[in-house]
Order: sequence, then structure tokens, then C-alpha cells
Amino acid sequence: MSAVMISRKVTRKWEKLPGKNTFCCDGRVMMARQKGVFYLTLFLIVGTCSLFFAFECPYLAVHLSPAIPVFAVLLFVFVMAMLLRTSFSDPGVLPRALPEEANFIEMEIEAANGNVLAGQRPPPRIKNVQINNQIVKLKYCYTCKIFRPPRASHCSICDNCVDRFDHHCPWVGNCVGKRNYRYFYLFTLSLSLLTIYIFAFDIVHVVLHIFDIFVVSLTPRCTVLEVLVCFFTLWSVVGLTGFHTYLISLNQTTNEDIKGSWSGKNRVQNPYSHKNIIKNCCEVLCGPTYPSVLDRRGVMLEDSSSPAPSDASAASTNKNSNPVSQTTKSSAPLIPNEHTPDEAKPGIGAGQKSASSPKEEKPLSPTSPNAIAPAVIKESTH
Amino acid sequence: MVIRAEFAPWIHQFHNLQELRHSASLATKVFIQRDYSDGTICKFQTKFPAELDSRIERSLFEETVKTLNCYYAEAEKIGGQSYLEGCLACATAYIIFLCMETRYEKILKKISMYIQEQNEKIYAPRGLILTDPIERGMRVIEISIFEDSGSTSSSSSGSSPTSSTAQ
Repeated sequence: MSAVMISRKVTRKWEKLPGKNTFCCDGRVMMARQKGVFYLTLFLIVGTCSLFFAFECPYLAVHLSPAIPVFAVLLFVFVMAMLLRTSFSDPGVLPRALPEEANFIEMEIEAANGNVLAGQRPPPRIKNVQINNQIVKLKYCYTCKIFRPPRASHCSICDNCVDRFDHHCPWVGNCVGKRNYRYFYLFTLSLSLLTIYIFAFDIVHVVLHIFDIFVVSLTPRCTVLEVLVCFFTLWSVVGLTGFHTYLISLNQTTNEDIKGSWSGKNRVQNPYSHKNIIKNCCEVLCGPTYPSVLDRRGVMLEDSSSPAPSDASAASTNKNSNPVSQTTKSSAPLIPNEHTPDEAKPGIGAGQKSASSPKEEKPLSPTSPNAIAPAVIKESTH
Repeated sequence: MVIRAEFAPWIHQFHNLQELRHSASLATKVFIQRDYSDGTICKFQTKFPAELDSRIERSLFEETVKTLNCYYAEAEKIGGQSYLEGCLACATAYIIFLCMETRYEKILKKISMYIQEQNEKIYAPRGLILTDPIERGMRVIEISIFEDSGSTSSSSSGSSPTSSTAQ
């Protein structure tokens, strides 16, 4: 038995993740590919605040109160923390279905659709579920090969399905979803406060300066620059904060608002709203912190030897060590969606099928999903 | 049955599941889907899949899924503790999450232990293995069904005292 030390560089799961994200710090940081606008955001915030701390704060601390720069520093730190948290965290990406799961779903769809005549378009892949006595349609994602959970949507920029998808924000360089929405909201809120704060004290500084000298003094150019930046930022950021406050009070996402999912007479009412503004706000802002299901830093195994330690929860070794034999058969499940009411439109889960029907054993047909996919309605990306 | 030298005795329990995976051949997989009737909270359907009819008692399966649902409900409960955690974290600009484990993560660990325990005691002796939903994006509970070889060597190996017909 040779005692050769094989020092192999471990491959972490983030390196093999599909989708168009970029990862930094060995998988700890996750962002979208285009980061240019994010750098601009950083530059504007850090630049304006640096000018404020360098030129305004000494004057204000002496002439008014030293608490002013202290509060400004705290606010600035909070803004940066929220921005970095929003930008660097996993927004709630749903991992793509592994082949067995994808096949299982395909079988389910085929079983529900029955016989489709050749040349005829198969029906769209939709599942109806009942949530709080409202019918909600779950769409099938052809990229991720899953039925998207309610409120999830596929981001075409990041090429991922994101849970409770709000929107893709280029200013933070990431999607905004379930896991980072509250950080995004706190970022816009604190940035609004910071902008108003700097704007206000810039005006105060200019006013005091004029009264001090009683001559139209040469207002430092940087003050003018700060005022300009703050003025234009104010309108957009405060407006955005107001918009998101409205959305939170109704427990809606930007995506749902834009698509008009819950508005209009004949549409379904929002089944997720608690019909109480305080409760809605509490759920969004003070709810539990959801964990990432991506396991970016888990170690991928090359072979079936003993698993290397990983940061994630136990048994992250399942990915590669399942001995899927060549003759794996997936039986066509006859499990309809039991929550579909009978009067719902015929979809994947319509009707109740007998669970005692004999099992159908179909061989794996990896080409069939590919054959079906181009023929049906193209997945709409949001 | 060969006990591999690299597995220390104290992880013998985990070794049983590995043995099952490697010695028995995988017949099929069943996926227990999410139940969205109560909204977007994590909850799995307790409907008994037909494929497990001959492998495990309905009550045991339902018990497992119901317990898992309880764990997830507890993790996602919006109440005093979650408010406290949220407000405290907000006051520290969420920096505290870099060093502290959230309540959800603590419960996920409990869930992982529970699934491990259920696999060892109930499912592995019947030639089934549950996969933790977190590894499948919290979308499904994957149950791997291994072929019933007929002999007890592949299903109840090692020091596990349960026979395949017990429980």
C-alpha cells in the first residue's frame, strides 16, 4: 500500500453550478455577471460620503454638534453593510432538478396529458394549486426542469429560478429575491435617509457659511457636487423606497405588480397577503432568515471515497455517489395534485386518479424531454 | 459483509447506509412534492405514494412527513423569537449573522439528524433511503427505493439489531 500523499485541489460545488452567476472568495460571494453598475453605485456612495466627511463634517462638528458626523458614519456603515449583503448573498436561487427528478416530472406530465395526436401541440405545462382558497398556476421552467414554486420566477439575466423573485437590480448587481429582499429594502431606506441627511446638512453648511461671513463666499465645489448628487439620487431612491414600502404593505413583489397578477376585477386576489399592513410588514421584514439551498461551498466528490468535510449540512456527498444503474426505471407516477379542485381548468393536476392503478414501468428516455421542449410554448422569461 | 478499514467504528451507523447504497441496486426514486395549500411555507404532501405500498407501512411514512412538516413550520414561524432575532440582527447591520447561527439553521441541523435517525431505524431496513430536502432545493423529499434482494444481508447489515420485518 503506497503512502502517496495526493494533494488534490478540492472542487467546490459553486464551480459546477449552472447559471450565469459569478462567484468570489471561493463561493462565499455570489453576484450577477454584469457588475459595472454596481461599481458605479459603490463609487457614488463612497465618493459622496468621503467628500462629506472631509469637507463638511469638520465645520459642522465644530459649529453645530459632533453628533452630526458620528450619526453620518453610522448611517454610512449601515448603508454599505446592506448594499454588500444584498449584492453578495444568494437571492434564493432554486437549484435545477437532477435528472431523476426531471424524468419523474416528465412522466407525471405525460401521464396527465394522455394521448397527444401527432402534429398537435401538447397543452402548456401548468399545475394548479389552491392557496388560501385561491387557484394559483404554477408554471413549468424548461431551463430548470421544475414546476416553479408559487412566487418564483426565472431570471433571464442570471439564468436561475429565484424564489419569491422581486426583480433583477443592476444597481446592486444581483437578483432581489426571498433571501435578500429585506436587505435590499433596508438599503434603499437607509440610503434615502443618508441622502436626505447629507443634502440637508450641505444646505445648512452653505446657509451658515453665508451668514458667517455675510459675503457670498466661494462655496466649495465639492459641496455643490454633493448637493447635485444628492438631489438626483433623492428622487429615484426615495421614490423606490416608497414603492417598495407600498409593495411590502400589500405583500406583493415587483414582478407580480408589473405583471398585474393580483390586480383587476377577474383576477385572483393576492393569496399571500394577511390583509393587515402590520402583519405583512412583519412577515417580510421580521420573518425568519431563510438558508441558501445552493450549498456553494460543499465539496464535490470525484469518486466514492470518504467524504471531505464541507461547511454545509451533513451528507453533501449524495450528489455524485448515488449508484444510478443503467437500467434505472422511473415508474410513471399516478399521483395527481390533490389540491386541484374539480372545477379547475384541465391542467396537469386536474381530476382525481385512482392511486391503486397498476404501476407502469417506462424505460428512461432521455431524448423525450428534449423532443417535447422545442415543440411546446417557449418559456417566458421575466 | 466487509467492513472497510477507513471507516472508524463510531461512524458505523453511516456506514450501513453507504453499504445499502453500494451493494443494493437502485430500483427507482419517488419524489414527495411540496404542499402549497397553506402558502409558500415549506410543507410536504402526506399522500402515500403507490410505489411504497409494499415497502413500508403508511402510518410510519405519514409520521415521518408530518414530523418534518412540524420542524419546518417551527423554523418558519413568525413570532416573538423571529422578531427578536430580526431586530437584533438589524441593529447590528446583520453583521451578527457572520458569527451566529440563525434559528432556521439550527432547526435544519435537527432535521438532518432526524432524517438520519429515521433512515437508520426505519427506512434502511426496508431498503429505502430518504434524502434531506435541503439537498434538493427544499422542493421534494426524495425516497430512493432499492431492490428487495430477498436476503437480509444487504438490507440489515452491521450491528443494527432490527430485522427487515420488524417495526
